[in-house]
Amino acid sequence: MTTPPRILYCNCTYAQVVPKEVKEAVLKKLCESGVAFDAVADLCEMSARLDPALKRLADGGAVKIAACYPRAVKWLFHAAKAPLPIEAAEILNMRVQSADEVANALFSAELQPNLPTGKATKPSAVELPKSEVAA
Amino acid sequence: MPLKEQTTLRVVLYEGDGAQPLEAGDRFTTMTTLLEKGFAVTRVSDKGRVAPADRTSLLVLGRFNDGRAPLGEDASGLVNLRFQDITDFDSNRIAEAVETLRAETNAAKHGDWKPWFPVIDYDRCTNCMQCLSFCLFGVYGVDEQQRIQVQNNDNCKTNCPACSRVCPEAAIMFPKYKAGPINGDVVSDADLQREKMKIDISALLGGDVYAMLRERSEKAKSRFSKERDADKALQERQKCLVKLASAGDIPPEVLMSLPSPEEIARRAEEAKAKAQTVLAAQQRGASTA
Repeated sequence: MTTPPRILYCNCTYAQVVPKEVKEAVLKKLCESGVAFDAVADLCEMSARLDPALKRLADGGAVKIAACYPRAVKWLFHAAKAPLPIEAAEILNMRVQSADEVANALFSAELQPNLPTGKATKPSAVELPKSEVAA
Repeated sequence: MPLKEQTTLRVVLYEGDGAQPLEAGDRFTTMTTLLEKGFAVTRVSDKGRVAPADRTSLLVLGRFNDGRAPLGEDASGLVNLRFQDITDFDSNRIAEAVETLRAETNAAKHGDWKPWFPVIDYDRCTNCMQCLSFCLFGVYGVDEQQRIQVQNNDNCKTNCPACSRVCPEAAIMFPKYKAGPINGDVVSDADLQREKMKIDISALLGGDVYAMLRERSEKAKSRFSKERDADKALQERQKCLVKLASAGDIPPEVLMSLPSPEEIARRAEEAKAKAQTVLAAQQRGASTA
């Protein structure tokens, strides 16, 4: 039997960029459900403080995160030296998705990993193996 | 205390054996109140998993049987564990109890700083050092591998996304910014063209924005010496700053709080020299490999 993904909810407390009605509706649905979940006030603030809690949140296996853009979430965790598992993290974007869409995805047993992967630009000198730099 | 040295307090809403579950409405109000005050809250139940414990302080809240919080401690001694009965507590009283414990454990106080800082997308970053040479406030630095990184995020000027505008690859995000791709939205080809255009604008304004400030400062000084008109010099600087504000979406209050033009010139030279040193080291590394 596979273990269901964990749920992490970000309240984006310190900015008004996530529509209030969406984040409230998502939290309400989480509270009405019987599921266990982690909720944080603001992933940005935790990343800025290199909060060790991000490591515990990233390390615990498959996870669904209700927050904002996947690209931002990926690099916020990376900045705090707590990279998310690329193949085991699904980000739901409360800035653009509806509360129903986000909640349905959170409660679905299926995980749809969607973190951006792969270098989008030419690798810099520091990213290339030394043999390739010489060539 | 610097942001990065502060510990955090994790709050657990316990509704398992030995405690009464909260009504859904009470649970929502309690969660919202604590999150709005900056706390991280874990709701545990027999359905689903949560993140494991770590070495942070842990406060377990519950409507415990007989209104008495259990006594307990972490056997390993690594976690500072406390219990608090919240029977008959409303959300405000719960928040007060949590805040009291936060203060007692010397855990981080939240909300003192709006988390506004650049986040680098290393899938896009080419390590060109434009951000390092642009930022006057020492936000950027490099790691041991000479790779660009955000080193002093609390030096960043709230609501100012200017460095993301000079990044040729749109690799710098401010997740709390209003629009894409700076907010983390997917970067399109059109976005890259727009970003390049913004650099061109700054070039048109005088090579780079700081060069423009310096030039304006020189002009203002020369006029000042002839006319002794401090107000005019200030007006000139303000006019220049308004142009900058619209080109880079820099909040006027950030621009108006910039140091003197002389100090800006000094810091700009310093940042540029730092970037050049890193780029030279990169080139040396490439040629000796």
